[in-house]
Amino acid sequence: MVSENLVKDVVSEPYKYGFVTDIETEKISKGLNEDTIRLISEKKEEPEYLLNFRLNAFRKWQKMEEPNWADLGYKKINYQDIIYYSAPKQKEKISSLDEVDPKLLETFDKLGIPLTEQKKLTNVAVDAVFDSVSIATTFRKELAEHGVIFCSISEAVKDHSNLIEKYLGSVVPANDNYFAALNSAVFSDGSFVYIPKGVKCPMDLSSYFRINSGDSGQFERTLIIAEESSSVSYLEGCTAPMFDTNTLHAAVVELIALDDASIKYSTVQNWYAGNEEGVGGIFNFVTKRGKCLGKRSKISWSQVETGSAITWKYPSCILLGEESVGEFYSVALTNNLQQADTGTKMIHIGPRTKSTIVSKGISAGNSINSYRGLVKMGSKASGSRNYSQCDSMLIGDQAAANTFPYIQSQQPNSEIEHEASTCRISEDQLFYLQSRGIEFEEAVSMMVSGFCRDVFNQLPMEFAAEADKLLALKLEGSVG
Amino acid sequence: MQSKTKELDPILEVNNLFASIENLPILKGVTISVNPGEIHAIMGRNGCGKSTLSKIIAGHPSYKITKGEIKFKGNDIQSLEPEERAQSGIFLGFQYPIEIPGVSNLEFLRVATNARRKFLNKEELDTFDFEDLVKEKLDLVKMDSAFLSRSINQGFSGGEKKRNEILQMALLEPKIAILDETDSGLDIDALRVVASGIKKISNEQTGIILITHYQRLLDEIQPDYVHVMSDGQIIKTGESDLALELEKHGYEWTDNFIKEQ
Repeated sequence: MVSENLVKDVVSEPYKYGFVTDIETEKISKGLNEDTIRLISEKKEEPEYLLNFRLNAFRKWQKMEEPNWADLGYKKINYQDIIYYSAPKQKEKISSLDEVDPKLLETFDKLGIPLTEQKKLTNVAVDAVFDSVSIATTFRKELAEHGVIFCSISEAVKDHSNLIEKYLGSVVPANDNYFAALNSAVFSDGSFVYIPKGVKCPMDLSSYFRINSGDSGQFERTLIIAEESSSVSYLEGCTAPMFDTNTLHAAVVELIALDDASIKYSTVQNWYAGNEEGVGGIFNFVTKRGKCLGKRSKISWSQVETGSAITWKYPSCILLGEESVGEFYSVALTNNLQQADTGTKMIHIGPRTKSTIVSKGISAGNSINSYRGLVKMGSKASGSRNYSQCDSMLIGDQAAANTFPYIQSQQPNSEIEHEASTCRISEDQLFYLQSRGIEFEEAVSMMVSGFCRDVFNQLPMEFAAEADKLLALKLEGSVG
Repeated sequence: MQSKTKELDPILEVNNLFASIENLPILKGVTISVNPGEIHAIMGRNGCGKSTLSKIIAGHPSYKITKGEIKFKGNDIQSLEPEERAQSGIFLGFQYPIEIPGVSNLEFLRVATNARRKFLNKEELDTFDFEDLVKEKLDLVKMDSAFLSRSINQGFSGGEKKRNEILQMALLEPKIAILDETDSGLDIDALRVVASGIKKISNEQTGIILITHYQRLLDEIQPDYVHVMSDGQIIKTGESDLALELEKHGYEWTDNFIKEQ
């Protein structure tokens, strides 16, 4: 049929962000041992406590086993075949953006993240991370006027060491899991945010992660601290070039919210997903966790996961403070041979805590898309409530969707509500829309957006539009 | 004068059409021609191919045309996608309008209307202008504007779904409208509403094909021609009195026509 040809045409649409920046990089040699870690720490001129943090994590990692409980299948990763530090060569000390290599600025320009003074986004401060290092952070001066610290984590280690020492690893301990331990041992950069007491961050903060080199992993670490009665909205975007090898990305994100503070963390993940045969693509093993330490604090995760060959991530909330609130809104889209095992953990510890989970999984092609989530009510969490809604949409007849909800309650005076559904975009629904003059592709994307609306409503405005477009692009040609 | 004769060219011509689904032949040589301003009724038993014919004209991908042709305004439309056919003015009112959760009826109607307007080189309507237009059309089918904020057909009663179809027809202003059992499942009041909606929308430039089992719709809308379909063919064509006879004698009476053939 005609539509089959159309499908072929659009499937072959290349990944828009697949280019490689030709830039001289400083790389250390492949392999991982204690010397590698000492070398990374030395390059970053780190204090001793941090080196010990790394070594401690590495020793624990060596004794740990790679988890295999997720519904994922992939070739064993050779951890000795990865470069753990890769940085574009730059001048020793950069005092302004003008000194950043134009090739790097051009790269971020092409990705739609202009960094230079003239062109930078007007309402969002950006920290741009290229392979292992942060190359620039915009709007720092303006933010500093409000007492907001937004910089790379390497700079924070130097300039705000007390905060790093106090909070690093306090939410995700170094031995939390295999990939978090690996990250703790070798993390090279990432973003640091500190919002002082009573401050509503005047603009959205964002990090843009770019993997450029094919043989090095990216191990970034993000730490966000919101003091009493403060609030911040943080956005994260990711892309990578197309390589026919798999690149490992193992990140850790820690959020801390004190009394009455709120953190909103939104992700649009579009790492290279591999080709239609499943060759290449990013292995995305990420540990994201927020701690609602204070009373009435709130942490909200929103994610749109469309890229990566493999996604393994469960942004979670530890609801310690009484009446604290955790939220997880997720759209995960898989196509071709992508695999995603994603969800959340809501750990209710304090009394009268509340959590909401809304997960929308869309599987197309031959992909596998699983929701895996834990809701736990601790013995002191009386009067706590959870609401979970997990919906799956199947496109075509080769894709798979799973839902694995885990519920544990030690508190009889708490409520847990779980709803799940699965639907399929049917040929007749598409035909109905088409027979009213709506183009095939638009019909698909209308239905997918409709399906995801509850989640998109949670995203910051600009992100929501981008997410909508991204899904449409990713799905082009997936319905036959 | 020249334009007058042009208008009398048929809008839709189906010539000796054979079609099948998964190698099962359904249509076995259907021929029908509709001129502007004409109302045709197609009647026949369940499974005789009436719905198939309507879906094939609209471009449903599951059916395969094995022989014959479908011409819209003189051009063969076989290679056109369903959306291209709709944009150019072919409308199918579904027998069972499908529910589409999550997609707002208003947004859907607006996108569809604009797709048609774009084809007609008319300016596309923004949300506000469209709301004005749609409210005007809602009156034709006596629908409440609350329908607009709901998902497409979701939770609509049978009658509401059919009225939503006629609303779409009113917005899209098609050149040929094929209404597949729009009367089925309607009570007498709803039937009158739908019928009067259809009558108000129809005009001298539009051709209408009513697919129906019952005389009661044809009491409301007088057809110019009535076709009786059986086993994938049109076995008899007459004027509106043919429907009355059919009502009197039942479909068994039509079996004689097959024998005659």
